[in-house]
Amino acid sequence: MKNALLALAIFTSSLTALAQEKTSSFPSVNLKSIDGKMVNTDTFENDGNPIVVSFWATWCKPCAKELDAITEVYDDWQDETGVKVIAISIDDARNAAKVAPYANGKDWPFEIYLDSNSDLKRALNVNAIPHTFLLNSKKEIVWQHTSYFDGDEEELFEEIQKLK
Amino acid sequence: MKNLLRILLLCTGTILAQSGQLSGNFQSDFQLYLEDEALDFNLENPSSGFPSERFLSNGFANIMYTKANFSAGIRYEAYQNALLGYPAGYKGEGITYRYAQFSKNGLDVTVGNFYEQFGSGMILRAYEERNLGYDNAFDGIRLKYSPLKGIYLKSLVGRQRLFFDKGEGIVRGIDGEVSLNEAFVGLNEIKTQILLGASFVSKYQKDLNPAYNLPENVGSWASRMSINHGRWNFNSEYVHKYNDPSAVNNYIYKTGNALLVTGSYSKRGFGLSLGAKRIDNMDYRSERDQNLQNLIINYLPALTKQHAYSLATIYPYGTITTGEMGLQAELNYKVKKGTRLGGKYGMGVLANFSNVFAIDKQQLDAFTPLDSTGTLGYSSNFFKVGEEKYFQEFSIELSKKVNKKLKFVGTYINTEYNSAAIVGYSYHGMIYSNIVVLETQYKIKSKHSIRTEIQHLSTKQHEGNWVMGLAEYTISPHYFFAVQNLYNYGNTDKKLSYPTLSAGYNKGTSRFALSYGKQRAGIFCVGGVCRNVPASNGISLSITSSF
Repeated sequence: MKNALLALAIFTSSLTALAQEKTSSFPSVNLKSIDGKMVNTDTFENDGNPIVVSFWATWCKPCAKELDAITEVYDDWQDETGVKVIAISIDDARNAAKVAPYANGKDWPFEIYLDSNSDLKRALNVNAIPHTFLLNSKKEIVWQHTSYFDGDEEELFEEIQKLK
Repeated sequence: MKNLLRILLLCTGTILAQSGQLSGNFQSDFQLYLEDEALDFNLENPSSGFPSERFLSNGFANIMYTKANFSAGIRYEAYQNALLGYPAGYKGEGITYRYAQFSKNGLDVTVGNFYEQFGSGMILRAYEERNLGYDNAFDGIRLKYSPLKGIYLKSLVGRQRLFFDKGEGIVRGIDGEVSLNEAFVGLNEIKTQILLGASFVSKYQKDLNPAYNLPENVGSWASRMSINHGRWNFNSEYVHKYNDPSAVNNYIYKTGNALLVTGSYSKRGFGLSLGAKRIDNMDYRSERDQNLQNLIINYLPALTKQHAYSLATIYPYGTITTGEMGLQAELNYKVKKGTRLGGKYGMGVLANFSNVFAIDKQQLDAFTPLDSTGTLGYSSNFFKVGEEKYFQEFSIELSKKVNKKLKFVGTYINTEYNSAAIVGYSYHGMIYSNIVVLETQYKIKSKHSIRTEIQHLSTKQHEGNWVMGLAEYTISPHYFFAVQNLYNYGNTDKKLSYPTLSAGYNKGTSRFALSYGKQRAGIFCVGGVCRNVPASNGISLSITSSF
């Protein structure tokens, strides 16, 4: 009985998933900014320009590689598309105090927030990090990608350009 | 359970008619185990853990429905049977997580399962680390309410997950946080940000012990403060727990406490953080007879660096919840472009130092040994450092981009690891190790890169020296291929090597990874959770996806 119900649940959900539009809206979750403020994701704003939301942690090497790579081309990206990158750290109490020094030490020019009990990560169904989302002018998720290989930022930029 | 599911499905059905949003994720891991003579990993040797099924799998899927202020979700998990190294309690399959949540006018209500954290988590934290099988989710009711701007209240009642069951103890908690800057108009615009918070948590479990009169309700409270001023950050939290005799503390009646203080200063190109903590008898579970990672209410972070290189994960530190004190300092620095050291692109410097000692423990009187059951256990001077060293580590990492195609990262790590106190390795005593790593990344052409790692660990204790080599070829954005080998050439007993071949394919949010090779035995940690994994040989496939 349980199994039958489950099968039904999965079937219905896959059907509806198919019927969905490709875009989905960004969840509303409270985060902490690195300067100690409570911030709700509803306040993410970029004057109608695209927003990139990237999940990372101080212990995640590919995450740092991705954000380093974007840092190098960020000025060009911003000039061309007005994009803004928001980096969300899922570091918990073990490393939370290191997040600001780490990001600043690396000279990352991004907005940084802490999701220390992974509330936003769960709301966005993120399995593993790095995981990157691209939001359009209505803050709908139009593209997402998991893990990072050298050069992946080029694909991300192509997707950003499609929004202009 | 069945009824709840039915209701949930019914709700889902009706709501689906209207437009909402469905999302979810999925992961499935399969492993075929192969007999291995060198590792002594086979059916004839049951102590090696070789599974008689030969083929094992773990899998889960989350499905979530959201519409405006309402969301609901379920998770299905299947362990048929659980991969080696997973806790034995994961056996079988079923719905392990389901919830419904709505928020309106500042009130947020969750019924069913939820994860939660108060402050740093040292008093209460429910979370999951799926790849290690850690999940202490609550099943109950949670309310979050913001009565005024800048004031955030939470309360919860629930029982915790124990594999496919629940713990007997009931946990109740309230937490309040005030942002002074948001709450008081006059402070809105000032540069200094101040957050104050306080929590109270209590657990209830019936006392059926014939020998002792155990407390059925165990309370704990915490207070915290966070101050930010421009480049400066300061955070502190203190937790006090009333007497809580348990299997972990050998049924002593002593109160517990924990203090965590961290501070940092950072600006573009420079960051420094300092942390100190002291933990005294703070193991806190919703069932007093549990051990391992089961039914833990709180989270006691290890203030040590979390490493990613494979040889640097051989001796990982895990918090000793019955008592420890330690320090950590970390420096991040970017040597500027155009300087002699920095060259054309600058150079990254990351240095870390941490140590952990026992806390001071004095006998209550001349006749009562330390930690005697049924007594107050011991007395402790808060500011005095214990004699035994548990852990110390210094590490430095330099990263340098040579030109547009070539990057180097060099790392040195020096570790002192008290294996008897931290984990039960066959070698008892302090393990002194030195690790060097050279990582090279070379861009062959657009989207094609090759990355290599050479690692060496030297130690005269335990299993002796190790060397490791890795080569990884990636084609962005879809493919990776890797080959690696760990070789324990310094082992006087058996010089084993652990070669692995792997390949993967990524597309959007889906990822397929296939690997063939050997896994060394050891303690594997993610976040604060560690598990002991036996040596094995096999073929594994991992699939993850989300929508």
